[in-house]
Amino acid sequence: MVTSPPNVVVVTGVSRFLGARVAARLASDPRVGRVIGLDTVDPPSALRELLPDVELIRADARAASGVIADLGAEAVVHLAVTSAPDPQHGGRSAMKEQNVIGTMQLLAAAQGASPLRKLVVRSSTAAYGASFRDPAVFTEDTEPRAVPRGSYARDILDIEGYVRGFRRRRPDVVATVLRFAPFLSSTADTTLTRYFAQPVVPTVLGRDARLQFVHVDDALEILHRSVIEDHPGTFNVAGAGVLSLSQAVRRAGRLSLPLPETTLSTLAGLARNVGIGQIGLDQIDLFVHGRVVDASRLISEFGFTPRTTAEAFDDFLRGHAEGSLNSDRLVAAERAILDGIRRLRSTAAVGGDRP
Amino acid sequence: MSQDEYRGMLPGHADFTLPEPAEPKRVNGRRPIPEVPPMPEAAPDPIDVWDQRVANGLAFLRRRLAGAYEIDEFGFDRELTDSVFHPMLRFLYRDWFRTEVYGVENVPSSGGALIVGNHSGTLALDALMLSVALRDRHPQQRHLRLLGADLVFRVPILSELARKAGATVASNPDAERLMNYGELVGVFPEGFKGVGKRFSERYKLQRFGRGGFVSAALRTGTPIVPVAIVGAEEIYPILADFKPLARLLNLPYFPLTPTFPWLGPLGLVPLPSKWLIRFGTPIPTAHLTELADDPMVVFNLADQVRETIQATLLELLELRPDPFGP
Repeated sequence: MVTSPPNVVVVTGVSRFLGARVAARLASDPRVGRVIGLDTVDPPSALRELLPDVELIRADARAASGVIADLGAEAVVHLAVTSAPDPQHGGRSAMKEQNVIGTMQLLAAAQGASPLRKLVVRSSTAAYGASFRDPAVFTEDTEPRAVPRGSYARDILDIEGYVRGFRRRRPDVVATVLRFAPFLSSTADTTLTRYFAQPVVPTVLGRDARLQFVHVDDALEILHRSVIEDHPGTFNVAGAGVLSLSQAVRRAGRLSLPLPETTLSTLAGLARNVGIGQIGLDQIDLFVHGRVVDASRLISEFGFTPRTTAEAFDDFLRGHAEGSLNSDRLVAAERAILDGIRRLRSTAAVGGDRP
Repeated sequence: MSQDEYRGMLPGHADFTLPEPAEPKRVNGRRPIPEVPPMPEAAPDPIDVWDQRVANGLAFLRRRLAGAYEIDEFGFDRELTDSVFHPMLRFLYRDWFRTEVYGVENVPSSGGALIVGNHSGTLALDALMLSVALRDRHPQQRHLRLLGADLVFRVPILSELARKAGATVASNPDAERLMNYGELVGVFPEGFKGVGKRFSERYKLQRFGRGGFVSAALRTGTPIVPVAIVGAEEIYPILADFKPLARLLNLPYFPLTPTFPWLGPLGLVPLPSKWLIRFGTPIPTAHLTELADDPMVVFNLADQVRETIQATLLELLELRPDPFGP
């Protein structure tokens, strides 16, 4: 079902990497009339260049209700979801304020806005939680078995709960919830990209999580289509295929440092308190349990196949410095060892023939 | 539906045909005289064989270190399984347990099948030997995807070895997904009740749980192949179960065998019993797909599988009068 694209679109979280790009893409689409960007802070100068055609409004979620009603917004794209606490901007309490309270207030405002036809919410595959009894592959219908430990995962569960309530109260609004796998691209800067960019990567001893990624450009395409077209429902967004954590570390040419889970948790906690390093319980849960989703519902509904996890990871590697154990050096080492063995054996053979 | 009507519907019967057995070789009651291979003109230089091996080994190491291999969404690492796990297990399979396999032609050569077996032997070596048997003896060299208890996936290292060898958590979504992909899925419905039973109860099948494996097979229309494994009961005979220690360590049982824990790590060496594995006739389920949620159908089918395995076990035991024979 494709109806006319919305005329007025409100994008939250516009001062952030994803929000700015989504808003810029919508603004450059002639089918969309006005794009209004909401955020509590002004966009940094790098992102401001992207946003010449976007009307920026600096407001917190409480003020958003007025904006959504006054402008007659027909679509709301909710991207103001933070995946990791930022020590410079209030840490965990600010993160929860933005994720949970912000979503609650935004949805309350959206519920009262009669012109609203469409709601798109960024969620995460963290919504599936982490448990040893989980199936290997999550479909959209899988319920989490336990409340996850990580703060982001708990926020995501709250956010999806609010969207469920919103769907009940405004069944006329097309609501799309996109559960994204971790983002990667050559330029994106997230907790996971910083993690893989370290020369020595700490991992969990005895665990080799199965990971999936989605390329940022594909995520943008999916977000764009869910605003322009009608795709009600909840969708997993992830690249096909799987990389194990050890495999990803090797492909990045990094060295892994396996630590027992408790040691890693303690060290990560200490590092967080000092303000360096951003590995939280969300990441440790991911590294212990892994997370693989089935994206076939997305592919059949959107008619779009995101590039595979391996391709997304390769693109990420292109934008970053090569590690110490890169494939060129490995090939060279292989050749050197093989030649060495051949030389040794030929001398041994010659020596053995003589007497 | 009465039980008899139901049994009448169950085929070995309706639309199922046995895979064709391989053409028999005439040997006139004697072992075929081994053909002397024609001597090649220039015998390959033995040095070159070794050179090839070294080169292959190095290339393998380089691929592993560079991460240039594929795993599937369950974490199955085909390359590692074929070149590391199976060669190690093959020693146990061939030289230690002297395993003999019957009826491997009952395992379909393509498409999904659910292989249901009896479980025994304290450590689940029977599952590993079954997967080596299918890989080695099946004409298509099929991989067996095992369904393991969630305890396996709680333990660090063990969980990753299991995933890399193709196992996954015993749950209906995983089982159905694997069968829909046309994989051979191996399941041991007795679970810990089977592995942890006393030596005095050997070859007595335990209860088959709730029959979740049957409903998964019915929902996907996958044939069920019963398999009986004889030999695993004798590898670590459980004389007693030290329950307090098991509870303390959060294990389902703590076995006391003639060698464990008295001999320390030496007690982990399995006794060299003689193993026999027999695959039974597949039970088709494609016509029962709508009945996957009918507990009566599921229970009856589980019972049929259980009785088939029990009967096959007794037949195999008669073939093997001496548990430690040649």
